[in-house]
Amino acid sequence: MGNTSSMLTQYDIEEVQQHCSNTFSQQEIVSLYQRFCQLDRNGCGFVPAEEFLSVPEFAVNPLSQRLLRMVEGLNFKEFVAFLSPFSPRAPLQHKIEFIFKVYDSDGNGKVTFNDMLDVLHDLTGQFVSEQQREQVLTCVLEEAGYTKDSLLVLSDFVKIVGNSDLKMEVEVPVD
Amino acid sequence: MDTPGNLKTSSSEFDLDRPNIEDYLPSGSSIQEPHGKLRLRDLLDISPTLTEAAGAIVDDSFTRCFKSNPPEPWNWNVYLFPLWCCGVVIRYGILFPVRVLVLAIGWIIFLASYIPVHILLKGQDKLRKKIERCLVELICMFFVASWTGVVKYHGPRPSMRPKQVFVANHTSMIDFIILEQMTPFAVIMQKHPGWVGLLQSTILESVGCIWFNRSEAKDREIVAKKLRDHVRGADNNPVLIFPEGTCVNNHYTVMFKKGAFELDSTVCPIAIKYNKIFVDAFWNSRKQSFTMHLLQLMTSWAVVCDVWYLEPQNLRPGETPIEFAERVRDIISVRAGLKKVPWDGYLKYSRPSPKHRERKQQSFAESVLRSLEEK
Repeated sequence: MGNTSSMLTQYDIEEVQQHCSNTFSQQEIVSLYQRFCQLDRNGCGFVPAEEFLSVPEFAVNPLSQRLLRMVEGLNFKEFVAFLSPFSPRAPLQHKIEFIFKVYDSDGNGKVTFNDMLDVLHDLTGQFVSEQQREQVLTCVLEEAGYTKDSLLVLSDFVKIVGNSDLKMEVEVPVD
Repeated sequence: MDTPGNLKTSSSEFDLDRPNIEDYLPSGSSIQEPHGKLRLRDLLDISPTLTEAAGAIVDDSFTRCFKSNPPEPWNWNVYLFPLWCCGVVIRYGILFPVRVLVLAIGWIIFLASYIPVHILLKGQDKLRKKIERCLVELICMFFVASWTGVVKYHGPRPSMRPKQVFVANHTSMIDFIILEQMTPFAVIMQKHPGWVGLLQSTILESVGCIWFNRSEAKDREIVAKKLRDHVRGADNNPVLIFPEGTCVNNHYTVMFKKGAFELDSTVCPIAIKYNKIFVDAFWNSRKQSFTMHLLQLMTSWAVVCDVWYLEPQNLRPGETPIEFAERVRDIISVRAGLKKVPWDGYLKYSRPSPKHRERKQQSFAESVLRSLEEK
């Protein structure tokens, strides 16, 4: 899967499949590769941020900046791994891990009150004031048994968010 | 203390230029609105928003509109491949030179007639215009012949009446040539550089064409005024507008700009559908120049397309220009078998306005604030 080839060999596909823990079928990987090449217009081997932003549906998403930080500059293998939590075959644990990673922007394995505030800010924009956000967050945290100073780790997230009706699936169009 | 429930209004104005995108996007695509009491789980579970973003990364309806879909290759077996090779030889070796010759002859005849008429009949405008119109029709016919255009026209031919505007879906600049060979239209086009621009400023000016420049901000008002003046003039050619504003790949239609629909005139829709059997007529302006596009057409067997002149529409009482535009887009899309997408074609050149994101944020914010009220 060199920098400029636009053909995937069977070996490449299997390597990618392994890297994403078999969450995508081989056909889906080929489709994703076509999509990757479509986005990577200049053939650099990775997709720069502005190409993602040129997809209007992505650009209007409130969490686009956070996701952009996670997905820009990835090569194809990492791109597929990034998308793997969205496969219907991905286990619940992976999905929750992904959500955790979105919150944990500094990657230290702990989600602070401010991290949660930041995401809430992205989701509500200018329609809720900072004070109101803090109020709501403190309230629901206390209700769930945490405090403003609690540092949430992955297992907390699993406890809070993890139940089997978490819907986080994307369909990869296969010709 | 802030009164909960009083949402601060969005600072960006309500853009009256486009219909509500939420009407088109699949339902349930907004940020999950928690029912009942707000819990920590509701705030932390961002999975719907993430799913939407990932869905857009994997496939999105906007990029699909501008993807060139070449026709299926059929030359893949031992029997068909040599046949295809013969075809290539005929197309490039015989057809192409003949077509170039035909085009050259056409241009010679055209210029030999146009220039004298333009200079000599300077005083008699009416006669001059009439002859120039016929000449432009003639050169368009030569163009169409140069790619062996097989065009089937359906429906009654447009009549020259005042207060009439024609709109059509847009796939390539050849749309204009195909329509022009039947009826002299005054088209609104983006000003192009190069030889196309030269043609625009000299010959097409005589049929009353109007130019605009996407990149100039004030340009819109100037063009709108020119349009209005032209439509009112009885002697002018009927105006042809491509409300999509950009070339789309003939499988989808993007949103129509309302400019054509607020001229206080009857709108006559025209639907154009190309048959990809020999060549894909979509001009992907990001991938190839117009010259290359023309050469591609001239080295294929034929350009096959259908043109439908549809029933003229008027603004209904109580209908806004945007609704009118959408209604006409619906008529054209149904006739030509195109799918509608809710995106503005100009997003090819710019980012979406923050207003769309704000709408999503607003609905989620409302439920957050509601829960504050209940505390």
